[in-house]
Amino acid sequence: MKYLEEFSDPELAKRLVDDIHATVTRPWAIMEVCGGQTHSIIRHGLDQLLPDEIELIHGPGCPVCVTPLEIIDKALEIASRPDVIFCSFGDMLRVPGSEQDLFRVKSAGGDVRVVYSPLDAMTIARNNPDKQVVFFGIGFETTAPPNAMTVYQAKRMGIENFSLLVSHVRVPPAIEAIMQSPTCRVQAFLAAGHVCSVMGTEEYPALAETYRVPIVVTGFEPLDILEGIRRTVRQLEEGRHVVENAYQRAVPEEGNPTARAMLKDVFEVTDRAWRGIGMIPQSGWRLSEKYRDYDAEHRFSVTGIRTEESSICRSGEVLQGMIKPHECEAFGTICTPRNPLGATMVSNEGACAAYYLYRRLDAPATATAATAAPLATNAAPVGAGAPVG
Amino acid sequence: MCLAVPGRVLDIEDRDDTRMARVDFGGVVKDVCLEYTPDMAVGDYAVVHVGFALQRLDEQSALDTLREFERMGELEAEFGDHWGRAATEAGLPRPEGTEPTPELTSQAAAKPPANLQSERNLS
Repeated sequence: MKYLEEFSDPELAKRLVDDIHATVTRPWAIMEVCGGQTHSIIRHGLDQLLPDEIELIHGPGCPVCVTPLEIIDKALEIASRPDVIFCSFGDMLRVPGSEQDLFRVKSAGGDVRVVYSPLDAMTIARNNPDKQVVFFGIGFETTAPPNAMTVYQAKRMGIENFSLLVSHVRVPPAIEAIMQSPTCRVQAFLAAGHVCSVMGTEEYPALAETYRVPIVVTGFEPLDILEGIRRTVRQLEEGRHVVENAYQRAVPEEGNPTARAMLKDVFEVTDRAWRGIGMIPQSGWRLSEKYRDYDAEHRFSVTGIRTEESSICRSGEVLQGMIKPHECEAFGTICTPRNPLGATMVSNEGACAAYYLYRRLDAPATATAATAAPLATNAAPVGAGAPVG
Repeated sequence: MCLAVPGRVLDIEDRDDTRMARVDFGGVVKDVCLEYTPDMAVGDYAVVHVGFALQRLDEQSALDTLREFERMGELEAEFGDHWGRAATEAGLPRPEGTEPTPELTSQAAAKPPANLQSERNLS
Protein backbone atom coordinates (compact mmCIF):
# COMPACT_ATOMS: atom_id res chain seq x y z
CA MET A 1 0.00 0.00 0.00
CA LYS A 2 2.67 2.40 -1.06
CA TYR A 3 0.13 5.07 -1.94
CA LEU A 4 -1.55 5.43 1.45
CA GLU A 5 0.79 8.14 2.69
CA GLU A 6 -0.24 10.32 -0.26
CA PHE A 7 -3.77 10.74 1.12
CA SER A 8 -4.71 13.94 2.92
CA ASP A 9 -5.67 11.71 5.86
CA PRO A 10 -3.66 8.47 5.58
CA GLU A 11 -5.22 7.03 8.76
CA LEU A 12 -8.75 7.40 7.40
CA ALA A 13 -7.66 6.02 4.04
CA LYS A 14 -6.22 2.96 5.77
CA ARG A 15 -9.42 2.40 7.76
CA LEU A 16 -11.55 2.60 4.60
CA VAL A 17 -9.27 0.25 2.65
CA ASP A 18 -9.11 -2.20 5.57
CA ASP A 19 -12.88 -2.21 5.85
CA ILE A 20 -13.26 -2.97 2.14
CA HIS A 21 -10.76 -5.85 2.42
CA ALA A 22 -12.56 -7.22 5.47
CA THR A 23 -15.98 -7.04 3.79
CA VAL A 24 -15.34 -8.49 0.37
CA THR A 25 -15.79 -12.25 -0.14
CA ARG A 26 -16.18 -12.60 -3.92
CA PRO A 27 -15.65 -10.72 -7.21
CA TRP A 28 -17.60 -7.53 -7.89
CA ALA A 29 -17.57 -5.13 -10.84
CA ILE A 30 -18.31 -1.51 -9.96
CA MET A 31 -18.61 1.30 -12.51
CA GLU A 32 -17.59 4.83 -11.63
CA VAL A 33 -19.71 6.90 -14.00
CA CYS A 34 -17.80 10.15 -13.89
CA GLY A 35 -14.56 10.81 -15.76
CA GLY A 36 -13.34 13.01 -12.91
CA GLN A 37 -13.55 9.99 -10.64
CA THR A 38 -11.73 7.83 -13.22
CA HIS A 39 -8.96 10.40 -13.31
CA SER A 40 -8.67 10.41 -9.52
CA ILE A 41 -8.74 6.58 -9.31
CA ILE A 42 -5.95 6.09 -11.84
CA ARG A 43 -3.88 9.02 -10.67
CA HIS A 44 -3.87 7.85 -7.06
CA GLY A 45 -3.78 4.15 -7.83
CA LEU A 46 -6.95 3.62 -5.81
CA ASP A 47 -7.80 0.44 -7.72
CA GLN A 48 -4.44 -1.01 -6.66
CA LEU A 49 -5.33 -0.50 -3.01
CA LEU A 50 -8.47 -2.60 -3.40
CA PRO A 51 -8.81 -6.37 -3.02
CA ASP A 52 -8.30 -8.30 -6.27
CA GLU A 53 -12.00 -9.17 -6.17
CA ILE A 54 -13.01 -5.57 -6.91
CA GLU A 55 -12.86 -4.42 -10.50
CA LEU A 56 -13.50 -0.78 -11.29
CA ILE A 57 -15.06 -0.32 -14.73
CA HIS A 58 -14.58 3.19 -16.10
CA GLY A 59 -17.83 4.72 -17.29
CA PRO A 60 -18.85 7.15 -20.04
CA GLY A 61 -19.05 10.26 -17.83
CA CYS A 62 -16.49 12.36 -19.65
CA PRO A 63 -18.46 15.16 -21.32
CA VAL A 64 -15.66 16.11 -23.67
CA CYS A 65 -15.28 12.48 -24.77
CA VAL A 66 -18.93 11.79 -25.55
CA THR A 67 -19.68 15.02 -27.43
CA PRO A 68 -20.60 13.65 -30.86
CA LEU A 69 -18.18 14.11 -33.71
CA GLU A 70 -20.93 15.72 -35.76
CA ILE A 71 -21.28 18.51 -33.20
CA ILE A 72 -17.50 18.98 -33.05
CA ASP A 73 -17.42 19.34 -36.83
CA LYS A 74 -20.30 21.83 -36.67
CA ALA A 75 -18.39 23.77 -34.02
CA LEU A 76 -15.29 23.85 -36.23
CA GLU A 77 -17.28 25.05 -39.22
CA ILE A 78 -19.01 27.80 -37.24
CA ALA A 79 -15.75 28.84 -35.55
CA SER A 80 -14.09 29.23 -38.96
CA ARG A 81 -16.59 31.86 -40.10
CA PRO A 82 -15.19 35.39 -40.26
CA ASP A 83 -18.30 36.90 -38.65
CA VAL A 84 -18.13 34.60 -35.60
CA ILE A 85 -16.42 34.75 -32.21
CA PHE A 86 -16.52 31.16 -30.97
CA CYS A 87 -16.27 30.69 -27.20
CA SER A 88 -15.56 27.42 -25.44
CA PHE A 89 -14.30 25.86 -22.25
CA GLY A 90 -10.56 25.18 -22.51
CA ASP A 91 -11.06 21.40 -22.46
CA MET A 92 -12.47 21.42 -25.98
CA LEU A 93 -9.51 23.03 -27.78
CA ARG A 94 -7.83 19.82 -28.85
CA VAL A 95 -10.78 17.47 -29.19
CA PRO A 96 -10.34 15.99 -32.66
CA GLY A 97 -13.03 16.59 -35.25
CA SER A 98 -13.01 14.70 -38.54
CA GLU A 99 -10.11 16.78 -39.83
CA GLN A 100 -8.96 19.34 -37.31
CA ASP A 101 -9.67 20.90 -33.91
CA LEU A 102 -10.47 24.32 -32.41
CA PHE A 103 -6.79 24.93 -31.67
CA ARG A 104 -5.96 24.68 -35.37
CA VAL A 105 -8.96 26.82 -36.33
CA LYS A 106 -7.54 29.50 -34.04
CA SER A 107 -4.03 29.08 -35.49
CA ALA A 108 -5.53 29.54 -38.97
CA GLY A 109 -7.03 32.87 -37.92
CA GLY A 110 -10.45 31.92 -36.56
CA ASP A 111 -11.61 33.92 -33.54
CA VAL A 112 -11.77 31.15 -30.92
CA ARG A 113 -11.77 32.23 -27.28
CA VAL A 114 -11.52 30.27 -24.06
CA VAL A 115 -13.89 31.44 -21.35
CA TYR A 116 -14.23 30.40 -17.74
CA SER A 117 -18.01 30.83 -17.64
CA PRO A 118 -20.72 30.96 -20.31
CA LEU A 119 -21.63 34.39 -18.89
CA ASP A 120 -18.20 35.58 -20.10
CA ALA A 121 -19.27 34.62 -23.63
CA MET A 122 -22.45 36.66 -23.22
CA THR A 123 -20.36 39.66 -22.14
CA ILE A 124 -18.22 39.23 -25.27
CA ALA A 125 -21.46 39.29 -27.29
CA ARG A 126 -22.53 42.57 -25.68
CA ASN A 127 -19.13 44.10 -26.39
CA ASN A 128 -19.09 42.95 -30.02
CA PRO A 129 -22.53 43.75 -31.43
CA ASP A 130 -21.27 43.44 -35.01
CA LYS A 131 -20.21 39.81 -34.46
CA GLN A 132 -22.09 36.59 -33.91
CA VAL A 133 -20.91 35.10 -30.60
CA VAL A 134 -21.42 31.36 -30.16
CA PHE A 135 -20.84 29.43 -26.95
CA PHE A 136 -20.11 25.70 -27.11
CA GLY A 137 -22.57 24.35 -24.52
CA ILE A 138 -21.55 20.81 -23.74
CA GLY A 139 -21.50 18.66 -20.63
CA PHE A 140 -23.65 16.80 -18.13
CA GLU A 141 -26.18 18.07 -15.61
CA THR A 142 -23.39 20.11 -14.02
CA THR A 143 -22.69 22.53 -16.88
CA ALA A 144 -26.29 22.57 -18.10
CA PRO A 145 -27.62 25.01 -15.43
CA PRO A 146 -24.93 27.63 -16.16
CA ASN A 147 -25.63 27.38 -19.88
CA ALA A 148 -29.39 27.50 -19.30
CA MET A 149 -29.07 30.63 -17.16
CA THR A 150 -26.90 32.29 -19.81
CA VAL A 151 -29.45 31.71 -22.57
CA TYR A 152 -32.21 32.89 -20.25
CA GLN A 153 -30.26 36.08 -19.54
CA ALA A 154 -29.46 36.62 -23.22
CA LYS A 155 -33.15 36.42 -24.08
CA ARG A 156 -34.13 38.62 -21.14
CA MET A 157 -31.63 41.29 -22.13
CA GLY A 158 -32.29 40.95 -25.86
CA ILE A 159 -28.71 40.03 -26.75
CA GLU A 160 -29.51 38.76 -30.19
CA ASN A 161 -25.99 38.15 -31.47
CA PHE A 162 -25.48 35.38 -28.88
CA SER A 163 -26.26 31.72 -29.46
CA LEU A 164 -25.51 28.33 -27.94
CA LEU A 165 -24.26 25.24 -29.75
CA VAL A 166 -25.86 22.66 -27.48
CA SER A 167 -24.85 19.09 -26.83
CA HIS A 168 -25.87 18.34 -23.27
CA VAL A 169 -26.09 14.80 -21.94
CA ARG A 170 -27.77 13.22 -18.90
CA VAL A 171 -26.44 10.49 -16.63
CA PRO A 172 -29.53 8.37 -15.75
CA PRO A 173 -30.34 7.30 -19.35
CA ALA A 174 -26.69 6.29 -19.78
CA ILE A 175 -26.90 4.10 -16.67
CA GLU A 176 -30.05 2.56 -18.08
CA ALA A 177 -28.39 1.90 -21.46
CA ILE A 178 -25.40 0.28 -19.76
CA MET A 179 -27.66 -1.99 -17.70
CA GLN A 180 -29.68 -2.99 -20.76
CA SER A 181 -26.62 -4.09 -22.70
CA PRO A 182 -26.74 -7.89 -23.10
CA THR A 183 -23.15 -8.22 -22.00
CA CYS A 184 -23.31 -5.81 -19.10
CA ARG A 185 -20.99 -6.81 -16.28
CA VAL A 186 -21.66 -3.82 -14.03
CA GLN A 187 -23.07 -4.78 -10.62
CA ALA A 188 -23.05 -1.38 -8.93
CA PHE A 189 -22.53 2.29 -9.68
CA LEU A 190 -20.71 5.16 -8.09
CA ALA A 191 -22.97 8.05 -9.16
CA ALA A 192 -21.35 11.39 -10.00
CA GLY A 193 -21.52 13.67 -6.96
CA HIS A 194 -21.77 17.04 -8.64
CA VAL A 195 -24.43 15.88 -11.08
CA CYS A 196 -26.47 15.05 -7.98
CA SER A 197 -25.64 18.44 -6.42
CA VAL A 198 -27.86 19.81 -9.18
CA MET A 199 -30.36 17.03 -9.86
CA GLY A 200 -30.59 15.47 -6.40
CA THR A 201 -30.99 11.73 -6.02
CA GLU A 202 -34.60 11.14 -7.01
CA GLU A 203 -33.83 9.81 -10.51
CA TYR A 204 -31.85 6.89 -9.08
CA PRO A 205 -34.05 4.71 -6.80
CA ALA A 206 -36.07 3.45 -9.79
CA LEU A 207 -32.84 2.46 -11.57
CA ALA A 208 -31.47 0.74 -8.46
CA GLU A 209 -34.72 -1.17 -8.06
CA THR A 210 -35.27 -2.09 -11.71
CA TYR A 211 -31.75 -3.34 -12.31
CA ARG A 212 -31.07 -4.46 -8.74
CA VAL A 213 -27.85 -2.44 -8.52
CA PRO A 214 -26.55 -0.40 -5.58
CA ILE A 215 -26.04 3.25 -6.57
CA VAL A 216 -23.84 5.28 -4.24
CA VAL A 217 -23.54 9.04 -4.79
CA THR A 218 -19.81 9.68 -4.54
CA GLY A 219 -17.47 12.69 -4.51
CA PHE A 220 -14.22 13.19 -6.37
CA GLU A 221 -11.42 13.29 -3.88
CA PRO A 222 -9.54 10.04 -3.19
CA LEU A 223 -11.07 9.59 0.27
CA ASP A 224 -14.57 10.24 -1.11
CA ILE A 225 -14.07 7.57 -3.74
CA LEU A 226 -12.82 5.02 -1.20
CA GLU A 227 -15.85 5.75 0.98
CA GLY A 228 -18.17 5.33 -2.03
CA ILE A 229 -16.56 2.00 -2.87
CA ARG A 230 -16.73 0.88 0.78
CA ARG A 231 -20.47 1.54 0.94
CA THR A 232 -21.03 -0.10 -2.45
CA VAL A 233 -19.16 -3.26 -1.44
CA ARG A 234 -21.16 -3.46 1.81
CA GLN A 235 -24.41 -3.35 -0.15
CA LEU A 236 -23.22 -5.92 -2.67
CA GLU A 237 -22.09 -8.32 0.04
CA GLU A 238 -25.35 -7.89 1.95
CA GLY A 239 -27.44 -8.38 -1.20
CA ARG A 240 -28.96 -4.90 -0.99
CA HIS A 241 -29.48 -2.48 -3.87
CA VAL A 242 -30.49 0.98 -2.74
CA VAL A 243 -29.41 4.55 -3.39
CA GLU A 244 -26.98 5.84 -0.77
CA ASN A 245 -25.52 9.30 -0.52
CA ALA A 246 -21.85 9.22 0.41
CA TYR A 247 -21.39 12.87 -0.57
CA GLN A 248 -23.88 14.60 1.68
CA ARG A 249 -21.76 17.69 2.19
CA ALA A 250 -22.50 18.76 -1.39
CA VAL A 251 -25.61 16.75 -2.29
CA PRO A 252 -28.97 17.41 -0.67
CA GLU A 253 -31.64 14.91 -1.66
CA GLU A 254 -33.55 17.48 -3.70
CA GLY A 255 -30.43 18.81 -5.46
CA ASN A 256 -30.78 22.47 -6.44
CA PRO A 257 -34.50 23.12 -7.14
CA THR A 258 -33.87 26.59 -8.63
CA ALA A 259 -31.40 25.15 -11.12
CA ARG A 260 -33.74 22.28 -11.97
CA ALA A 261 -36.57 24.71 -12.65
CA MET A 262 -34.35 26.69 -15.00
CA LEU A 263 -33.29 23.51 -16.82
CA LYS A 264 -36.93 22.61 -17.31
CA ASP A 265 -37.70 26.03 -18.77
CA VAL A 266 -34.73 26.37 -21.12
CA PHE A 267 -34.11 22.78 -22.24
CA GLU A 268 -36.16 19.83 -23.36
CA VAL A 269 -35.15 16.18 -23.27
CA THR A 270 -34.08 14.72 -26.60
CA ASP A 271 -32.41 11.62 -28.00
CA ARG A 272 -28.67 12.17 -28.18
CA ALA A 273 -25.80 10.40 -29.92
CA TRP A 274 -22.76 9.81 -27.69
CA ARG A 275 -19.41 9.81 -29.45
CA GLY A 276 -18.13 6.28 -29.96
CA ILE A 277 -21.25 4.80 -28.36
CA GLY A 278 -24.22 5.74 -30.50
CA MET A 279 -27.68 7.07 -29.88
CA ILE A 280 -29.08 6.73 -26.36
CA PRO A 281 -32.80 7.53 -26.15
CA GLN A 282 -33.79 10.56 -24.06
CA SER A 283 -30.18 11.06 -23.00
CA GLY A 284 -29.73 14.69 -23.98
CA TRP A 285 -31.08 18.18 -23.68
CA ARG A 286 -31.65 20.70 -26.44
CA LEU A 287 -33.03 24.23 -26.25
CA SER A 288 -36.79 24.26 -25.85
CA GLU A 289 -39.04 25.84 -28.49
CA LYS A 290 -39.15 29.11 -26.53
CA TYR A 291 -35.35 29.53 -26.87
CA ARG A 292 -34.92 28.03 -30.34
CA ASP A 293 -33.78 31.39 -31.75
CA TYR A 294 -30.68 31.07 -29.56
CA ASP A 295 -29.75 27.67 -30.98
CA ALA A 296 -26.57 27.98 -33.06
CA GLU A 297 -27.48 24.92 -35.13
CA HIS A 298 -30.71 26.69 -36.02
CA ARG A 299 -29.01 30.03 -36.68
CA PHE A 300 -26.15 28.80 -38.87
CA SER A 301 -26.72 26.43 -41.72
CA VAL A 302 -24.41 23.65 -40.66
CA THR A 303 -26.50 20.78 -41.90
CA GLY A 304 -25.11 18.25 -44.31
CA ILE A 305 -21.91 17.72 -42.37
CA ARG A 306 -20.55 14.22 -42.88
CA THR A 307 -18.42 12.80 -40.14
CA GLU A 308 -15.91 10.02 -40.13
CA GLU A 309 -14.63 8.44 -36.93
CA SER A 310 -11.13 7.01 -36.90
CA SER A 311 -11.42 3.36 -37.93
CA ILE A 312 -8.67 2.44 -35.45
CA CYS A 313 -9.85 4.28 -32.33
CA ARG A 314 -11.70 2.08 -29.81
CA SER A 315 -12.74 4.88 -27.49
CA GLY A 316 -16.36 3.75 -27.71
CA GLU A 317 -15.44 0.44 -26.11
CA VAL A 318 -13.38 2.26 -23.49
CA LEU A 319 -16.31 4.58 -22.72
CA GLN A 320 -18.63 1.60 -22.26
CA GLY A 321 -16.20 -0.17 -19.95
CA MET A 322 -15.75 -3.00 -22.44
CA ILE A 323 -11.99 -2.65 -22.64
CA LYS A 324 -9.38 -0.81 -20.60
CA PRO A 325 -7.50 1.90 -22.55
CA HIS A 326 -4.24 -0.03 -22.86
CA GLU A 327 -6.06 -2.94 -24.49
CA CYS A 328 -6.43 -0.81 -27.63
CA GLU A 329 -3.65 -1.46 -30.17
CA ALA A 330 -3.30 2.25 -30.86
CA PHE A 331 -2.85 3.21 -27.19
CA GLY A 332 0.53 4.85 -26.63
CA THR A 333 1.69 3.97 -30.14
CA ILE A 334 -0.14 5.91 -32.83
CA CYS A 335 -2.55 7.46 -30.31
CA THR A 336 -1.01 9.74 -27.70
CA PRO A 337 -2.06 13.04 -26.10
CA ARG A 338 0.03 14.80 -28.76
CA ASN A 339 -1.66 12.97 -31.64
CA PRO A 340 -4.99 11.77 -30.25
CA LEU A 341 -7.25 9.58 -32.36
CA GLY A 342 -10.16 10.00 -29.99
CA ALA A 343 -11.37 12.45 -27.39
CA THR A 344 -10.64 10.04 -24.52
CA MET A 345 -6.92 10.62 -25.13
CA VAL A 346 -7.32 14.42 -24.92
CA SER A 347 -9.63 15.21 -22.08
CA ASN A 348 -8.57 15.59 -18.46
CA GLU A 349 -11.43 13.27 -17.68
CA GLY A 350 -10.76 10.77 -20.45
CA ALA A 351 -9.74 7.28 -19.37
CA CYS A 352 -7.11 6.95 -22.12
CA ALA A 353 -5.41 10.21 -21.11
CA ALA A 354 -5.46 9.15 -17.45
CA TYR A 355 -3.89 5.78 -18.26
CA TYR A 356 -1.33 7.40 -20.53
CA LEU A 357 -0.36 10.09 -18.03
CA TYR A 358 -0.01 7.76 -15.11
CA ARG A 359 1.38 4.83 -17.08
CA ARG A 360 -0.96 2.23 -15.71
CA LEU A 361 -0.14 -0.41 -18.29
CA ASP A 362 -0.31 -3.16 -15.70
CA ALA A 363 -4.06 -2.92 -15.03
CA PRO A 364 -5.76 -6.30 -15.28
CA ALA A 365 -7.61 -7.04 -18.50
CA THR A 366 -10.95 -8.67 -17.92
CA ALA A 367 -13.25 -7.84 -20.82
CA THR A 368 -12.59 -8.43 -24.48
CA ALA A 369 -14.25 -7.03 -27.55
CA ALA A 370 -15.17 -10.56 -28.54
CA THR A 371 -17.45 -10.99 -25.56
CA ALA A 372 -18.83 -7.48 -25.30
CA ALA A 373 -21.41 -5.74 -27.46
CA PRO A 374 -22.12 -2.04 -27.89
CA LEU A 375 -24.74 -0.78 -25.48
CA ALA A 376 -26.64 1.45 -27.86
CA THR A 377 -28.86 -0.08 -30.47
CA ASN A 378 -27.47 1.68 -33.50
CA ALA A 379 -23.86 2.06 -32.45
CA ALA A 380 -21.40 1.69 -35.25
CA PRO A 381 -18.64 -0.83 -34.62
CA VAL A 382 -15.46 0.92 -33.62
CA GLY A 383 -12.11 -0.51 -34.57
CA ALA A 384 -11.21 -4.09 -35.21
CA GLY A 385 -8.87 -6.80 -34.04
CA ALA A 386 -8.23 -8.46 -30.72
CA PRO A 387 -7.16 -6.51 -27.67
CA VAL A 388 -3.52 -6.59 -26.75
CA GLY A 389 -3.97 -6.71 -23.01
CA MET B 1 -14.66 21.79 -16.91
CA CYS B 2 -16.64 19.12 -15.14
CA LEU B 3 -14.86 19.73 -11.85
CA ALA B 4 -16.65 21.90 -9.33
CA VAL B 5 -14.35 23.96 -7.14
CA PRO B 6 -15.21 25.33 -3.71
CA GLY B 7 -14.77 29.06 -3.20
CA ARG B 8 -15.45 31.80 -0.65
CA VAL B 9 -17.77 34.72 -1.42
CA LEU B 10 -15.86 38.01 -1.08
CA ASP B 11 -18.61 40.44 -2.01
CA ILE B 12 -22.04 40.46 -3.67
CA GLU B 13 -23.68 42.90 -6.07
CA ASP B 14 -26.57 43.04 -8.49
CA ARG B 15 -25.37 43.38 -12.07
CA ASP B 16 -28.06 43.77 -14.75
CA ASP B 17 -30.57 42.36 -12.25
CA THR B 18 -28.36 39.31 -11.78
CA ARG B 19 -26.93 38.38 -8.40
CA MET B 20 -23.15 38.22 -8.87
CA ALA B 21 -20.23 37.74 -6.48
CA ARG B 22 -16.48 37.81 -6.50
CA VAL B 23 -15.36 34.42 -5.26
CA ASP B 24 -11.92 33.41 -3.99
CA PHE B 25 -10.68 29.95 -5.03
CA GLY B 26 -7.50 29.52 -3.02
CA GLY B 27 -6.08 32.80 -4.31
CA VAL B 28 -7.71 32.92 -7.74
CA VAL B 29 -10.63 35.37 -7.77
CA LYS B 30 -13.45 34.98 -10.29
CA ASP B 31 -16.87 36.49 -10.97
CA VAL B 32 -19.54 33.99 -9.99
CA CYS B 33 -23.30 34.02 -10.51
CA LEU B 34 -25.36 33.39 -7.35
CA GLU B 35 -28.78 33.12 -9.01
CA TYR B 36 -28.99 29.40 -8.15
CA THR B 37 -27.98 29.94 -4.52
CA PRO B 38 -29.78 33.18 -3.63
CA ASP B 39 -29.24 32.87 0.14
CA MET B 40 -25.44 32.95 -0.06
CA ALA B 41 -23.83 35.72 2.01
CA VAL B 42 -20.36 37.25 2.12
CA GLY B 43 -17.96 34.80 3.78
CA ASP B 44 -19.97 31.72 2.80
CA TYR B 45 -18.44 28.87 0.79
CA ALA B 46 -20.05 27.39 -2.29
CA VAL B 47 -19.44 24.61 -4.79
CA VAL B 48 -18.86 26.53 -8.02
CA HIS B 49 -19.17 25.15 -11.49
CA VAL B 50 -18.02 27.19 -14.53
CA GLY B 51 -18.85 30.46 -12.82
CA PHE B 52 -22.07 29.42 -11.08
CA ALA B 53 -22.53 28.57 -7.40
CA LEU B 54 -24.57 25.37 -7.30
CA GLN B 55 -24.53 24.38 -3.61
CA ARG B 56 -23.46 25.79 -0.29
CA LEU B 57 -20.53 24.03 1.38
CA ASP B 58 -19.36 24.18 4.99
CA GLU B 59 -16.06 25.98 5.57
CA GLN B 60 -14.04 22.99 6.75
CA SER B 61 -15.05 20.83 3.77
CA ALA B 62 -14.31 23.69 1.41
CA LEU B 63 -10.84 24.31 2.85
CA ASP B 64 -10.01 20.61 2.86
CA THR B 65 -11.06 20.29 -0.79
CA LEU B 66 -9.22 23.42 -1.88
CA ARG B 67 -6.05 22.21 -0.20
CA GLU B 68 -6.42 18.83 -1.88
CA PHE B 69 -7.09 20.40 -5.29
CA GLU B 70 -4.11 22.70 -4.99
CA ARG B 71 -1.87 19.78 -4.04
CA MET B 72 -3.09 17.84 -7.09
CA GLY B 73 -2.72 20.78 -9.48
CA GLU B 74 -6.47 20.87 -10.15
CA LEU B 75 -6.70 24.64 -9.60
CA GLU B 76 -4.12 25.24 -12.32
CA ALA B 77 -6.05 22.89 -14.64
CA GLU B 78 -9.29 24.81 -14.01
CA PHE B 79 -8.05 28.40 -13.97
CA GLY B 80 -4.66 28.27 -15.68
CA ASP B 81 -3.42 28.99 -19.19
CA HIS B 82 -5.50 26.68 -21.41
CA TRP B 83 -3.94 27.83 -24.69
CA GLY B 84 -0.42 27.38 -23.36
CA ARG B 85 -1.19 23.90 -22.11
CA ALA B 86 -2.92 22.93 -25.37
CA ALA B 87 0.06 24.24 -27.36
CA THR B 88 2.50 22.24 -25.25
CA GLU B 89 0.43 19.09 -25.53
CA ALA B 90 0.02 19.49 -29.28
CA GLY B 91 3.67 20.39 -29.83
CA LEU B 92 2.50 23.41 -31.81
CA PRO B 93 3.18 27.12 -31.43
CA ARG B 94 0.72 29.13 -29.34
CA PRO B 95 -1.81 30.76 -31.71
CA GLU B 96 -1.56 34.52 -32.11
CA GLY B 97 -3.56 36.54 -29.62
CA THR B 98 -3.69 33.88 -26.92
CA GLU B 99 -0.91 35.15 -24.69
CA PRO B 100 -1.89 34.95 -21.01
CA THR B 101 -3.35 38.20 -19.73
CA PRO B 102 -1.59 39.98 -16.84
CA GLU B 103 -4.69 39.18 -14.80
CA LEU B 104 -4.26 35.44 -15.39
CA THR B 105 -0.54 35.58 -14.69
CA SER B 106 -1.00 37.37 -11.39
CA GLN B 107 -3.82 35.04 -10.38
CA ALA B 108 -1.79 31.95 -11.11
CA ALA B 109 1.03 33.30 -8.97
CA ALA B 110 -1.25 34.41 -6.17
CA LYS B 111 -0.89 32.77 -2.80
CA PRO B 112 -3.76 30.88 -1.22
CA PRO B 113 -5.66 32.82 1.43
CA ALA B 114 -4.11 32.96 4.88
CA ASN B 115 -6.58 30.52 6.39
CA LEU B 116 -5.68 27.97 3.74
CA GLN B 117 -1.97 28.42 4.40
CA SER B 118 -2.33 27.98 8.13
CA GLU B 119 -4.39 24.85 7.45
CA ARG B 120 -1.54 23.55 5.39
CA ASN B 121 1.03 24.23 8.08
CA LEU B 122 -0.95 22.12 10.48
CA SER B 123 -1.01 19.11 8.24
